[in-house]
Amino acid sequence: MAFHTLIVDDSSAVRAFVRAALEDADFARVQEAETGFEALQLLASNAFDVVIVDVNMPDINGLELLAFMKKSPRQQGATKILISTRADGLDAKRGAKLGADAFLAKPFGVDDLRKLIRGLADRNGEVSG
Amino acid sequence: MSDPRDNVQQEFLAEAQELVEALSRDLLLLDEAHQRAERPDSSLINEIFRSVHTLKGIAGMFGYKHVGTIAHALEDLLEDLRLGRTDIGDPLLDVLFDSVERFQRLLALDDPQAPEEAPGVDAYVAAVRSIGTQPPVEEGDPLNQYAIGSAVLSVLTEYEEHRLRACIREGMQLYRLRATFELTAIDDSIEDLRDVVHDDAEIITYLPSLEGGNDESIELVVLLASRVPEAELKAHFEGRYGTVEAIEEQKHLPTVPPNLTSIPPGSQSLLPQPEDETGQASLRSVANSVRVDIRKLDDLMNVVGELSLVRSAVGRAVAGLDGDPKYRQSLRELDRLGRGFERQLSELRTRILDVRMVPLGQVFSKFGRIVRQAAREHDKQVRLVVTGANTEMDKLIVEELADPLMHLVRNAIDHGIESVETRMRLAKPAEGTLALNAYHKGRNVVIEVEDDGGGMNAHKLREKAVSRGLLTAEAGQELTRQDMLNLVFLPGLSTNAEVTDLSGRGVGMDVVKTNILRMGGVVSIASEQGIGTKITVTLPITLAIIRALIIKIGARLFALPISAVREAIPFAPQDVRTIQGRKVLTMRGETLPICDLAPLFGLRGAKQHASRFVIVCEMGNRELGFVVDELVGQEDVIIKALGPTLSSVLGFAGAADLGNQKLALVLDAPALFSEYFDGGGALPSVEARA
Repeated sequence: MAFHTLIVDDSSAVRAFVRAALEDADFARVQEAETGFEALQLLASNAFDVVIVDVNMPDINGLELLAFMKKSPRQQGATKILISTRADGLDAKRGAKLGADAFLAKPFGVDDLRKLIRGLADRNGEVSG
Repeated sequence: MSDPRDNVQQEFLAEAQELVEALSRDLLLLDEAHQRAERPDSSLINEIFRSVHTLKGIAGMFGYKHVGTIAHALEDLLEDLRLGRTDIGDPLLDVLFDSVERFQRLLALDDPQAPEEAPGVDAYVAAVRSIGTQPPVEEGDPLNQYAIGSAVLSVLTEYEEHRLRACIREGMQLYRLRATFELTAIDDSIEDLRDVVHDDAEIITYLPSLEGGNDESIELVVLLASRVPEAELKAHFEGRYGTVEAIEEQKHLPTVPPNLTSIPPGSQSLLPQPEDETGQASLRSVANSVRVDIRKLDDLMNVVGELSLVRSAVGRAVAGLDGDPKYRQSLRELDRLGRGFERQLSELRTRILDVRMVPLGQVFSKFGRIVRQAAREHDKQVRLVVTGANTEMDKLIVEELADPLMHLVRNAIDHGIESVETRMRLAKPAEGTLALNAYHKGRNVVIEVEDDGGGMNAHKLREKAVSRGLLTAEAGQELTRQDMLNLVFLPGLSTNAEVTDLSGRGVGMDVVKTNILRMGGVVSIASEQGIGTKITVTLPITLAIIRALIIKIGARLFALPISAVREAIPFAPQDVRTIQGRKVLTMRGETLPICDLAPLFGLRGAKQHASRFVIVCEMGNRELGFVVDELVGQEDVIIKALGPTLSSVLGFAGAADLGNQKLALVLDAPALFSEYFDGGGALPSVEARA
């Protein structure tokens, strides 16, 4: 089963990287959002398996999206991964309080991302791709 | 596992380049504000921070170690700046400006990890780190005095918290604007809201809530800071968006969260409700632009070319049926359809061309930094004035233009504009002006680089050319003043430090000229001593497709880009005269040098024509007439490159397929001009054929 994944990041290079890392070998089916507003549009009508959000975005930041997803009935099944360049643990801590399942520090590699998603899926008892 | 980095490397480079360009632009604005001793806009500093921050993140993921290291150091500095821990000063601006060039160079490296770059990067990082920042002033946290709520505070980034504090300290009042937005139109609505808010308030953040939202709409709580009184703000927003509520100052209380979830649900959307035919929320990928490799557009253009050929072939097949009365009705219909097809094809071609067009501002924006830097190096004062930055031309040309234009700009500052002292002595304004002007002229774009500096000494240029053996003393005597100025484009005229005493611009001007010629353009120069110099570059808008005059020499067809043609007129052989060994025609009292293309290309020209044609071409400030046998017509042609064996043949820019299995060689007018005027007259001039 390919994970239905949403990547929210204002950097097109990061989105392209995540898409390439996950869509290879049908590991996941990836949709992209460049802004929090675009993410809200997609979150309103899709139940995602995995949502990856960047903390630092203009307007609606990643933490705000996490808080929104925590309350959204449609995204209760989603595995939420927060990404940030901040390695001091502060973003990770704040993300965890807002319902993030995992934190990934930028820069990350292809394998880091896949392993993380596979591990989270196993933990949630889903069939891993 | 394959490494997706290979596939998305291009995406990275494109974004990194855009970020560096944005950084460069924003730094200029920051510098301007600083020079005027104004306080820079906090959003500008935030933009600069964001560019560097994003660059750091992606550089790390794509293995650009040095770019990442530099961006990291700058990010820390900019974080201090945007959080108000440090102020803007010249050392800080200097390292920031310096970074732009470093990023560009490092991004262009084949090996982004190149170990030999490490010492330079380390030294730069040390310089960045040496810029001191003051520790933040500890005061009571003003956020505690407001009932913002822990639910809100828990999702604010450090920067958003900082902006909140800064706004409170500046005496602004905080507000909550609660509004419901239609999901399908949220981008436009937010844009609209931003426009309305613009002067009245600063938007700190947008918080999506679940209240009042469903699959089609969502409620956002917009956190605002504003100086505008509450009543006025309410008048502005309420009814149009939603409710405005002031966040009260609570002097004696610790934070009491006004629980976001306690707001009664069901607030109504005040925005127009667009119809949704499918009843489903949109799944479209919401980004509204794509990046395309320009080669894909070339491919598309080629397909259009092939389609035109198919269209011609169909036309011929149809024509074969002509004359048969039983097809008359169908032929008329086919003819009508054919014309419709042609219109659509032409539309398609225009649209594809349109996609290739970018504003020249993309390259002009780089010059502000260069001017600043060059002026500092030479201790001069230079003001850059840009007009026509919106003038659009082909992306490929714009890219290629950056280097030659940079050369011209640097030359103007290095050798053109005088020192402050000299200018004062000459009663000129202390600050020199460098103007970059761009505008459309017919199917060309004209770019002028003009300075109000010392101008060029034409006679000194001539002396130099003679002493270097580029010109005989006798030939030198024949030159007009303009001819003397044109010597500056000769290779080898001035290639060393001596140029400065020429107040000259010899360095690299031949290279500039060659590069412009290669793009199908021309360069011309005008200069007055003591007043200034203007270099004018004229270029076609695009190289992908050109409007051409189709001509015949002997039995062969040629295409001449119409952008170079001023007029085509018949003449009789007896009109030709010879002056100083060159054939000329006299037109309206002016002498026009002419060049017969038939002998040049080793073709037998038409038989004893009573009358042939001269095509008057104009490039820069020179005119030349090309003698041809016949004018066939005008056509839009797609130029295809000649194969490697033919590409070095002088005088041809490529080949064009005219349909009907007819092929025309495309004449390279700039190269022919250059050869005629500067190549020592290697081109034969017209033979009068009586």
